[in-house]
Amino acid sequence: MAVAEKIAPGASATVYHVKKGDQGAVLDVAGFNLWYGASQALFDVSMTIERGLVTALIGPSGCGKSTLIRSFNRMNDLIENLTIAGSIVFEGADIYQSRADVIALRKRMGMVFQKPNPFPMSVFDNVGYPLRVDGVRDRRRLEETVEQALRRAALWDEVKDRLQDNALGLSGGQQQRLCIARAIAGDPEVLLMDEPCSALDPIATAKIEELIDELRGHYSIVIVTHNMQQAARVSQNTGFMYLGRLIEYGETRAMFTVPKVRQTHDYVTGRFG
Amino acid sequence: MTVELTNPNAADAVPRTARSKRRTATDFAAEGEPFVWALGGALAIGILMIVGFLFLVVWNGIVTFFPKPIAVVTAVNGDVFAGEPVRSEPFRPTVEALAALAPPLRAQIAAADGLASRTLYRVGNYDLYGEDFRWIADHDARRVEYPAGLVLVERLEWGPFIGRVKAVATGGGAARPAAELGAAAIDAAHAQARARWGRIHRIERGDIGAVNHALDKERLKLRKVELAAGIDSADYRTAAGRFAEREAALKQDYDRLAAEAAALRAADAKDTITFADIGDKEKTIALSAVVRMYAANDLGLAAKLGVYLSRWWEFLADEPREANTEGGVFPAIFGTFVMTLLLVIVVTPFGVITALYLREYAKQGRLVSIARISVNNLAGVPSIVYGVFGLGFFAYIVGGTIDQWFYAERLPSPTFGSGGLLWSSLTLALLTVPVVIVATEEALAAVPRSMREGSLACGASKWQTIRYVVLPRAMPGIMTGIILAMARGAGEVAPLMLVGVVKLAPELPIDGIFPYIHLERSFMHLGFHIYDVGFQSRNSEAGKPMVFVTTMLLIALIAVMNASAIVVRNRLKRRFMGSQF
Repeated sequence: MAVAEKIAPGASATVYHVKKGDQGAVLDVAGFNLWYGASQALFDVSMTIERGLVTALIGPSGCGKSTLIRSFNRMNDLIENLTIAGSIVFEGADIYQSRADVIALRKRMGMVFQKPNPFPMSVFDNVGYPLRVDGVRDRRRLEETVEQALRRAALWDEVKDRLQDNALGLSGGQQQRLCIARAIAGDPEVLLMDEPCSALDPIATAKIEELIDELRGHYSIVIVTHNMQQAARVSQNTGFMYLGRLIEYGETRAMFTVPKVRQTHDYVTGRFG
Repeated sequence: MTVELTNPNAADAVPRTARSKRRTATDFAAEGEPFVWALGGALAIGILMIVGFLFLVVWNGIVTFFPKPIAVVTAVNGDVFAGEPVRSEPFRPTVEALAALAPPLRAQIAAADGLASRTLYRVGNYDLYGEDFRWIADHDARRVEYPAGLVLVERLEWGPFIGRVKAVATGGGAARPAAELGAAAIDAAHAQARARWGRIHRIERGDIGAVNHALDKERLKLRKVELAAGIDSADYRTAAGRFAEREAALKQDYDRLAAEAAALRAADAKDTITFADIGDKEKTIALSAVVRMYAANDLGLAAKLGVYLSRWWEFLADEPREANTEGGVFPAIFGTFVMTLLLVIVVTPFGVITALYLREYAKQGRLVSIARISVNNLAGVPSIVYGVFGLGFFAYIVGGTIDQWFYAERLPSPTFGSGGLLWSSLTLALLTVPVVIVATEEALAAVPRSMREGSLACGASKWQTIRYVVLPRAMPGIMTGIILAMARGAGEVAPLMLVGVVKLAPELPIDGIFPYIHLERSFMHLGFHIYDVGFQSRNSEAGKPMVFVTTMLLIALIAVMNASAIVVRNRLKRRFMGSQF
């Protein structure tokens, strides 16, 4: 039976596994739909992101995982003609409420992008940027925060002597860890990572994965990845998305060993995607 | 048949040759070789033309001030004259002139297709001869010699004098022959007279000027009171009393200075020098009216270089004289520089803010497209139209209003109500703002989306993102726009002729008199100076070398300003671009 037929839009509901966490949800997505102009990108997504854990979103290209993760901190607002329906509740408040403060929301959610995007300024200023836009001018506090963030991002030893150098002179892997340091410098509650390793070599990837493991517990992490092994290695919960729908969601081990839906099985075993 | 097909040799050999031949033929066009040659050739021609132009300007500019020897030409008809040879060229003698020539010469000219050669001499002595230059056909010159003792004298008036020094009189004594005094004594007397002349100049232009300025200020103060309170009021009467007092004090200052200047002038008039031209016609002038004199044919290389450098120094540091064809161009250099600087200061914020709004804040729609197209079209409006607009809007409307509000006491003579430095800069800013807008928009559009997203994801507001990330990153591109605007603005002349550039400005736009920067003053400009010297002066032949030197100077000034802007841009680029991942 053809895959596309079985999960045509509006045809099936998400299948849930037992989730791993026991600390409750940090993000609660309920019946979330999203349209770019006339074309619908997300269909009725419902899921809870659990506090303190790593949640991976996997699926083939164009399935809507990036759209979903960018909905969490409202980065999609930059796109014109965007329509949404449904709700995303973060710490008890709907982030799409008309009175919601987008800037405050983004300060509580760090984001790491697919391509390292350091700003054209020094390493120090890059990491201190979230504080700077917050109006922090206290040199001491800036220095402390920057050092702590760089240590957490496992970059401190490599850049401690060149904090005033241009961040664009770092290597690709260092730049991405710098972006992680920047994302956590503002002390967010959730860390959103949109394919953070797709532009990196295997060694840099391994470093970032190690880092994600260490950051677990401090932050609730959502990571979008193309790499099934990566999802299996770093996450506790996994969601499989396909054609704008969340097909299956639950504990990572169950998702990879006993998937309940045929498409999930095919995808994680590498039969398509 | 089957056999042939399975035979590898038969199947291979023939078609492969044919195919490879065909491929060579198509590859030639496909690889685009002819286009590469055409592009390379076009570039080479362009570069050749630019290099040729620069060479022409720079070479002519460099040799202009080098002292030339003085030739004494004895013509066939017995005329004798002295002058600097300027250039030679072939020419076609008239039929009458040919008829008067000896037969062998005629045959010679006929053999050369009817062409003979002639030479242009700068004979100077305009006050004696009524001409500065003189052509003579080479076959008309019986003898050309370069005798010692001939001097070229640069004078404050009448242009150069070529001849010999005959006598010098100092301190009102009798004139003593030059041979008796010796060159050293003449030089010393000359230096003394020049120093005295400098002092007179300083008193008359500087000190007396300051007194006049102060007097003017007092008068304006009185007029202000008159306008505010009326001529019958008590205020006016007290002000008038104060004015009379100040006027008397200033008059005293003036009288003292005028007496001092008069004494110096009297002493100056007693030092005279008498020259004689090659035909022994004498000319006596004040020793202080001699700017520089040198015995052209007796100079060694070091002395020639000395004259050369002293001429350059005069050119760069002095004011012009003799309707701008002699002296220096310092006021023009200064005016061009200040105007360009002001232009950049005005055009940068306007252009950048407009581009920021168009690119970052305005909703991209029909209206913004129309605005953008209009801005681009502004760059195609003839610059003289901007000049007319600047005169009408800036000078007459804006300036006129400013005059009525703030400078009423000076009316009817305009302060801001006529052309001036400020209005020139604003007009040129208007002319060049499209360049900055377009360049800035391009630079803003080239800032990667990922950088903006990174900043927004950190919780920065839109303005913070623009301020901290987008603008620094776009800065090199913005600088490119400013550099282009600067180059365009510094070389523009036509609109300036309407809104503030003059042939001769008595005062610099920045000086020691409060408020130090006088934006309302008209000023001199190198571009206009070129036009003026080359096409508006009495003697275009004398102006020609000055055109080259001034052009070279203008190009050098723009090059220096651009180079410094480019250095700044490259530093920014290194800082903000780095290596791209």
